[in-house]
Amino acid sequence: MISIRKVSKHYGSFQVLTDCSTDVQKGEVIVVCGPSGSGKSTLIKCVNGLEPFQQGEILVNGISVGDPKTNLSKLRAHVGMVFQNFELFPHMSVTDNLAIAQIKVLGRGREEAVDRGLKLLDRVGLLAQADKFPGQLSGGQQQRVAIARALAMDPICMLFDEPTSALDPEMVNEVLDVMVGLALGGMTMMVVTHEMGFARRVAHRVIFMDQGRIVEDAPKEAFFGTPRSERAQQFLSKILHH
Amino acid sequence: MSYHWNWSVFLAQVPSGGTTYLGWMLSGLATTLALSLSAWLIALAVGSLMGVLRTVPGRWLSGIAALYVELFRNIPLLVQLFIWYFVLPEILPTGIGNAYKAINPMLQQFTAAMICLGLFTGARVCEQVRSGIDSLPRGQKYAGLALGFSLPQTYRHVLLPMAFRIIVPPLTSEFLNIFKNSAVASTIGLLELAAEGRQLVDYTAQPYESFIAVTLTFMMLNALVMVLMHRVEGRTRVPGYIGGGS
Amino acid sequence: MYEFDWSSIPGALPFLWAGMKTTLEITALAVAVGIVWGTLLAIMRMSGIRLLSWFAAGYVNLFRSIPLVMVLLWFFLIVPALMESVFSIPRTSDTRLASAMVAFALFEAAYYAEIIRAGIQSVHKGQMGAALALGMSYGQAMRLVVLPQAFRNMVPLLLTQGIILFQDTSLVYVSSLADFFGAAYKVGDRDGRLVELLLFAGAVYFLICFSASLLVKRFQKKVIA
Repeated sequence: MISIRKVSKHYGSFQVLTDCSTDVQKGEVIVVCGPSGSGKSTLIKCVNGLEPFQQGEILVNGISVGDPKTNLSKLRAHVGMVFQNFELFPHMSVTDNLAIAQIKVLGRGREEAVDRGLKLLDRVGLLAQADKFPGQLSGGQQQRVAIARALAMDPICMLFDEPTSALDPEMVNEVLDVMVGLALGGMTMMVVTHEMGFARRVAHRVIFMDQGRIVEDAPKEAFFGTPRSERAQQFLSKILHH
Repeated sequence: MSYHWNWSVFLAQVPSGGTTYLGWMLSGLATTLALSLSAWLIALAVGSLMGVLRTVPGRWLSGIAALYVELFRNIPLLVQLFIWYFVLPEILPTGIGNAYKAINPMLQQFTAAMICLGLFTGARVCEQVRSGIDSLPRGQKYAGLALGFSLPQTYRHVLLPMAFRIIVPPLTSEFLNIFKNSAVASTIGLLELAAEGRQLVDYTAQPYESFIAVTLTFMMLNALVMVLMHRVEGRTRVPGYIGGGS
Repeated sequence: MYEFDWSSIPGALPFLWAGMKTTLEITALAVAVGIVWGTLLAIMRMSGIRLLSWFAAGYVNLFRSIPLVMVLLWFFLIVPALMESVFSIPRTSDTRLASAMVAFALFEAAYYAEIIRAGIQSVHKGQMGAALALGMSYGQAMRLVVLPQAFRNMVPLLLTQGIILFQDTSLVYVSSLADFFGAAYKVGDRDGRLVELLLFAGAVYFLICFSASLLVKRFQKKVIA
């Protein structure tokens, strides 16, 4: 589904990503972790072309992201993304947030779009908030709406960029529960997160990044059982004893 | 001091007949309103377009917008007005220049002043629009693009609606400025409010009445615009939204 | 097509330079007086004394709501007449220059007052509290603690306002006083070369204001860094 081949990226002389390669199969859930500044958010933004990269190749469903001839908007319309700071559109009601891209990008009729949006809003348990504005919701609620907004586009896979790190601790679980539900439903997911509990429950593989490189890329059991690199071990013990 | 106050001067007939001095003042006010509002439309259109260009990737487009802003911000309004009015018709190709000079002088003055004020204020609007867009979290643009919006769609549906809401207060002061700056058009002979006031001084030797009336009218316009823009601000307020930043 | 002829400019340079000196004089005086009077207005407005704060607010709002051209006309047509009738001083170019300077200073003070008020308010309230807690009087706290910090933050804005004022001085044209723009216009009108002289004046203003604004920007970066 997603194939990342020897991707490197630099800002001027600063190397952000070096030779990153991995594959995500259909239905697979991959957790990407690592210390801050390790390039994990940059890598996930390269997957849908929000960040350009200089070397290597990324294929999503067989389409090359780096190819200038690729219609990126068309590709992104089918790759859901959830951001650290939710990024709901503050000037639109929850319903409009869910419907706007379906209408303007997918060309759905308003009625169909609202219908689909509300169904997903119900799935994340927020149907009652349909007419509110983002600023009137808690962080956890906003993030659940953001997930529903991405799902409304019928994505072939979902990217999560630290979806819980801007949340108050008591709201983390309501968002993780939605994500677990998605994972168990067979969604292909690439998740940048420090929530190791989530990784243990639903991830198939865990990728550990440090200084722009993929240091570990192992099945969940192997990663938590015997992480090979010293840095990964340090990172894990820090996270677990936090 | 023996100044003879005479407020009824406004009701006296003008020497050329047909109207009162009050009629002159009202026609001046109408010209001020027409000039300011039409220039404001130009300023909003040009300023928004240029403001967007300043924020798009690509050096060429943002360079053009930056050049526009610097050029129109660093030359006095009066000089710009004289260039539009006196210089442009001369340096246009002879045919067009002569055709322009043949039209009604009042219309010449009005168009020159309108274009001048519009582009002058547009440069300021441009900077406000740019800072409004820049004040939005970067993630908003990403979120728009990630949903499959094209860049123009992202501006249209995501960035601009918020940016314009944020800049209503500074735009209000530019809107106020355009009314005040419109008085500069009196220097090329356009009979707007300030010029009518001055004309009244020349004809009646009642300077205080005339100037007080003009000054009060400008203050009323000012208050009116403030009330109006306050309404706009209230109408476009986003429920639950506290401020920019993430 | 128009044929440009720039030949009347070189000979007119001394006259234009004299005009530029007038422009600079008006600008410098208006900036200096405007900042002092503007600071006083800002302090009055923020003082707890109701009469003073009403006066300052009224003053600032009055001047900010009327066009500069109107203010200048008030001063050019009415102040000299007043001086003539009250002090029997004849109308000369000296009184014109003086009333221009007074008009600009009083007008700009209203704009400076708002910049300075915002600057003072941006200095953390805790600073005032700390100074008062040390036993300083309100005046001492303002003068020794708050204002120095506020001015440091405000310098770029004050300078930018100075550039705007420099441009606005061209409006003394309404009094036919020969500032730089007035001089350029007169030369152009005399020689029938208005096109060249207006373009020349525009270019000179642009060069001065653009370089000045670049300096302000550089200075701003230094202050922030």
